[in-house]
Amino acid sequence: MSTTTGEKIGYVGRAMKRVEDPRLVKGIATYVDDLRLPGMLHAVFVRSPHAHARVKRIRTDAARAAGGVVGVFTGAEVNAQCGTIPCASSFPDLKSPKHTVLAGDRAYFVGHPVAVVVAATPYAAADAAELVDVDYEPLPVVTDPEKALEAGSPLTHPDLGTNAAFTWNLTGGDIDAAFAKADRVIRQRMYHQRLTPMPIEPRGCVASYQPGEGTLTLWTSTQIPHLIRTLLPGMIGIAENKLRVVAPEVGGGFGAKLNLYAEEALCSHLAMRLGAPVKWIEGRRENAAATIHGRDQVGDYEVAVSKDGRILGLRNRTIADLGSYLQLLTPAIPTLTGLVVTGAYKIPAVRMDVVGVYTNKMSTDAYRGAGRPEATYLIERLVDLVAAELGLDPVEVRRRNFPAPEEFPFNTATGLTFDSGNYEGALRKAQQLARWDELVARRTSRRRAGALFGIGVSTYVEICAMGPSKAMAAGGWEWGCVRIEISGKVTVITGVTPHGQGQETTFAQIVADRLGVPIEDIVVLHGDTSVAHYGRDTYGSRGTAVCGSAIVMCVDRILEKARRLAAALLDARPEQVEFADGAFAVKGSGGKRLGWTELAGEAYIAKNLPRGFEPGLEASAFFEPENFTFPFGTHICAVEVNRDTGDVTIVQYVAVDDCGNQINPLLVEGQVQGGIAHSIGQALFERTVYDEHGQLLTGEFMDYPMPRAEDIPDYVLGSTVTPSPVNPLGVKGVGEAGTIGATPAIANAVMDALRPLGVTHLDLPLAPEKLWRAIRQGHKE
Amino acid sequence: MGVPVRIHVNGALHQHDVEPRVLLVEYLRDVCGLTGTHVGCESSLCGACTVLIDGQAVKSCTIFAVQAEGRAVTTIEGLAQEGRLHPVQEAFWERHALQCGYCTPGMIMTAVQLLKDHPQPTRAEIAHGLKGNLCRCTGYTHIIDAVEHAAGSRQGAA
Amino acid sequence: MSTAPFNYTRPKTLDEALALLTAHGGNAKLLAGGHSLIPAMKLRLAQPKMLLDITRLEALRRIEERDGRLVIGALATHAEIAANRTVASRCPLLAEVAASIGDLQVRNRGTIGGSIVHADPAADWPAAILALDAELEIAGRMRRRMEAAGDFFMDIFETSVEPDEILCEIRVPVPAGPGAYVKTAQKASGFALCGVAAVVDAKARRVRVAVTGVAAVPYRATGVEEALAGKPLTAETIAAAARHAAADITPLGDIHASAEYRAHLAEVNTTLALQRAAAR
Ligand SMILES: Cc1cc2nc3c(=O)[nH]c(=O)nc-3n(C[C@H](O)[C@H](O)[C@H](O)COP(=O)(O)OP(=O)(O)OC[C@H]3O[C@@H](n4cnc5c(N)ncnc54)[C@H](O)[C@@H]3O)c2cc1C
Ligand code: FES
Ligand code: FES
Repeated sequence: MSTTTGEKIGYVGRAMKRVEDPRLVKGIATYVDDLRLPGMLHAVFVRSPHAHARVKRIRTDAARAAGGVVGVFTGAEVNAQCGTIPCASSFPDLKSPKHTVLAGDRAYFVGHPVAVVVAATPYAAADAAELVDVDYEPLPVVTDPEKALEAGSPLTHPDLGTNAAFTWNLTGGDIDAAFAKADRVIRQRMYHQRLTPMPIEPRGCVASYQPGEGTLTLWTSTQIPHLIRTLLPGMIGIAENKLRVVAPEVGGGFGAKLNLYAEEALCSHLAMRLGAPVKWIEGRRENAAATIHGRDQVGDYEVAVSKDGRILGLRNRTIADLGSYLQLLTPAIPTLTGLVVTGAYKIPAVRMDVVGVYTNKMSTDAYRGAGRPEATYLIERLVDLVAAELGLDPVEVRRRNFPAPEEFPFNTATGLTFDSGNYEGALRKAQQLARWDELVARRTSRRRAGALFGIGVSTYVEICAMGPSKAMAAGGWEWGCVRIEISGKVTVITGVTPHGQGQETTFAQIVADRLGVPIEDIVVLHGDTSVAHYGRDTYGSRGTAVCGSAIVMCVDRILEKARRLAAALLDARPEQVEFADGAFAVKGSGGKRLGWTELAGEAYIAKNLPRGFEPGLEASAFFEPENFTFPFGTHICAVEVNRDTGDVTIVQYVAVDDCGNQINPLLVEGQVQGGIAHSIGQALFERTVYDEHGQLLTGEFMDYPMPRAEDIPDYVLGSTVTPSPVNPLGVKGVGEAGTIGATPAIANAVMDALRPLGVTHLDLPLAPEKLWRAIRQGHKE
Repeated sequence: MGVPVRIHVNGALHQHDVEPRVLLVEYLRDVCGLTGTHVGCESSLCGACTVLIDGQAVKSCTIFAVQAEGRAVTTIEGLAQEGRLHPVQEAFWERHALQCGYCTPGMIMTAVQLLKDHPQPTRAEIAHGLKGNLCRCTGYTHIIDAVEHAAGSRQGAA
Repeated sequence: MSTAPFNYTRPKTLDEALALLTAHGGNAKLLAGGHSLIPAMKLRLAQPKMLLDITRLEALRRIEERDGRLVIGALATHAEIAANRTVASRCPLLAEVAASIGDLQVRNRGTIGGSIVHADPAADWPAAILALDAELEIAGRMRRRMEAAGDFFMDIFETSVEPDEILCEIRVPVPAGPGAYVKTAQKASGFALCGVAAVVDAKARRVRVAVTGVAAVPYRATGVEEALAGKPLTAETIAAAARHAAADITPLGDIHASAEYRAHLAEVNTTLALQRAAAR
């Protein structure tokens, strides 16, 4: 790390406000719905109101005849030209329906698009959509993934002959021996509810075709413009290098926009077909029904333990409800659960069997946390159950099973290598911040006063910085580029696609320090495949760890080149030249200093370059991570449950997260707080509900409860810093930590509150009525 | 079909013929070109579309433009004066009260009325006042910090 | 999602509004705060051909005391009622209910008249209207009539206001005894899963209790009222009486709360509302 600017306090590590904010607080940023192109047409989709139905006939003549309508298209008219929605994860025996952009002869979830109307205005399109007359014949519906596996169950896709999409298993260590020698086996069935990501900006896109150039530009509210540029060409028949994908300002993603969706492909196709720009803006009800959902796993979990609380083995069968078709990462999510199922503990033996099941619902896919919240929740609940069964302190059980700091890099039974960690350190710090002894005393006194008071702890580890390309379907490297412009200003281009994470700021901090330039001189560009040529985009808490590292490589290359140039201009050898405060000078000479403006001028005007010296001052780099990173931490939550109503009040919340080095602690804090809010929702009230007919009952904000400001307690947040050895910044990633670590802490706290009533486990969400019933039952017994 | 409508938007008088079914938010975005006001739902529950009408915070997705006839509408674009950010905008920036920024204009406009009604709000009052605004990114803590900060800075300035 | 097309007009007087309502038959709808109507129109669940914007009929917006009645114009917004001084001094229960509705923005637009005519079973106002024994003045082309609150709510989304009538005023006898409103909100929408308004008439040694959100139609909890008639209000009498809070009704059940839980909340909130009212 020879490139930092010595003792001077740099930008990195400082809680800085963001450079992206002025345009956002002024309301002058450009989201996809803000785009207006000349001649732009508007698309509105007609969607199935049935969970499963034969599409017998679609009458479109009235709609076609309506004012302003340019075209009405059904599956018969577009599917042949549009290919099927891609899934990036493959399994040997994966069965998969051909999911076309519009339903063919069958619609298989509520919200399945069956036709699209394109008109001159959104009003005309909406009016005409009302006139599209679809004749449906309802078919038997599959909603319960467990019943779906029973013989004689109706089939989500009759042509597949089964509702099982795949079976997958993971084994590590000798699981049978572990259970054979166990003093005790603890079993619990747990259901991890379905959730709807609900970014506040729904999806949307504008596709525009330039017939002269034969190029298509797709502006879309996505986390993955680069992956779309890789995947879309094959679907709609355009060359990759004729397609430009732009993610403008994106109003939140949380995994919901980590996908290539039918609407994006179809609008692209229609723009080419109609020779006019086509815009589609998703409504909230469409978003709830036809943008991916998350979680939805149910399983029977078993742990083998010794009587001193050591976990010897973990075994389970998990059924993952995939919904009705595969989106980009649908089958990969439960397998990610498997990889991190051992949590922060040394568990020598594991067996996990996963069955992915098709049901007549929207697909599940990566929702913030993606697989890890499921794993963390189940292991953290199990540890509490173990403690209860053995009469041990749940914190002590955790301690006994942690790997010690000197055991890192630590190999798990699931085949991962945890990069670095000090789990005990984070736990200790969290207990200090929570004033543990006082908190426990408070529980005693509140209980004595008749209150239902509980304390919950979660010590989590997660997997981030995705990832080594060998483990990632589309490659896990990241690309960056740094250019010193001729004026001396610095342009940074990143292949990740931030949409709230703040990398315009953090990457500028990194580069400013390393180049010794003021942060105001740096611009960070992203999200446009014609600017950021390559990238693997933003998900899996990878941006800073993977692309930050690529950018460090770029800076190092520029510094090396600039040093050679400076040496030549200063008549010295490169080793004699030192770099400090943004300028090069001959060591110890006290003489002439060459700053970036001078060097850039020389590099581009190119009159004084040494023979063979390549002009320009720019470098790009691909960073290939050697391993994932494994952030960790401890969350402690205390709750009180209202005996009469089952309402939960979070009375204390402490989180200590270790995401390695922190580039900008203010932004880290924001990510953690945002993540915990998702957990509060998941733990206490959020759930996506389909009824037995496959009707979506949580299809809008009226019915899908999300945290509002009043649901948020005051937090005490802290951190420990255990740098990751697998990237030059020592960072781990923090985008999902709060969502992963907090849910179990809250759930454990509520369960602890009900423990005196003999309640041992309830599934999420721990909504008032459920708790009220448990309390009432507890009182009866 | 169009009905003549005169609305003062951010201090300037706008006169247009608009179809009655055009929502105020659509009018602001499509007719006036002020796209800072956002839409996040159809059920009037997210608050992303909040603007001020005669100083009162209103969800502009739940009022037709024709209804704002003769009224003074302030949008997020009209908050900064002479290039200087409004104290609430400044505070949101200062306290990292936004991530994706989509909810932000609505949050800020609501906070403006909130602070007018309660110049020195408690954190609980702030949270209560922002009940009509959803944010899926920040988890609200920094937003409450920002409104508190704005109250403090206005106090300091007064 | 846009609404279906419609025509719009802004009648200048109540009479003009009534005339237009009659002239357009069932095709016209009154537009007050729009906070129930517009969302329904956006989903195209409501597709009126003509909207009559009555929000500027200032006469229907006044809040004043007249002849021992607090008179609230149907077009008074929830926010105006929550902030009104006469309301605060003569019938604070109304302010409490107003403040519990929706959120700041909703309260700035939504009107009391729109709410009670809309008759959403989860609306807050009906509980107060019933518990306060309010009277409603309803105007038609030919006549004006008064309706007792108890006769007003007919069914889910249905009141005794005819399509060609306009609700003008809500009249509440004042001073009302001390009251309280206790609401359990549906977590997503903020509407009432169960809202209980209680009013204590100390002189008459009786209480009035009304419940919204629990049944298809808001109701007076007469079982509770009878159990407490002539009795002192103690923790014990209140708790015993509250058991009747959902006695003669069929509670609603949905994904947000089962019928059983709603009935239970009726009891819990009745207890709290009576306790609070008694302590005021
Ligand atoms: C986000 C949100 C949250 C809400 N939360 C709550 C809540 O917590 N509690 C609650 O009680 N309500 C809640 N509401 C509803 C709100 O109170 C509405 O304002 C109210 O239900 C309708 O009043 P309005 O003035 O908006 O009526 P409008 O929507 O304008 O009209 C509703 C109906 O009544 C008719 N109408 C209106 N005025 C009259 C009149 N004077 N005479 C005859 N007919 C008339 C209209 O024609 C229409 O059919 C919420 C609404 C929203 C959008
Ligand atoms: S757009 Fe959601 S409240 Fe207006
Ligand atoms: S900042 Fe993204 S929704 Fe609030």
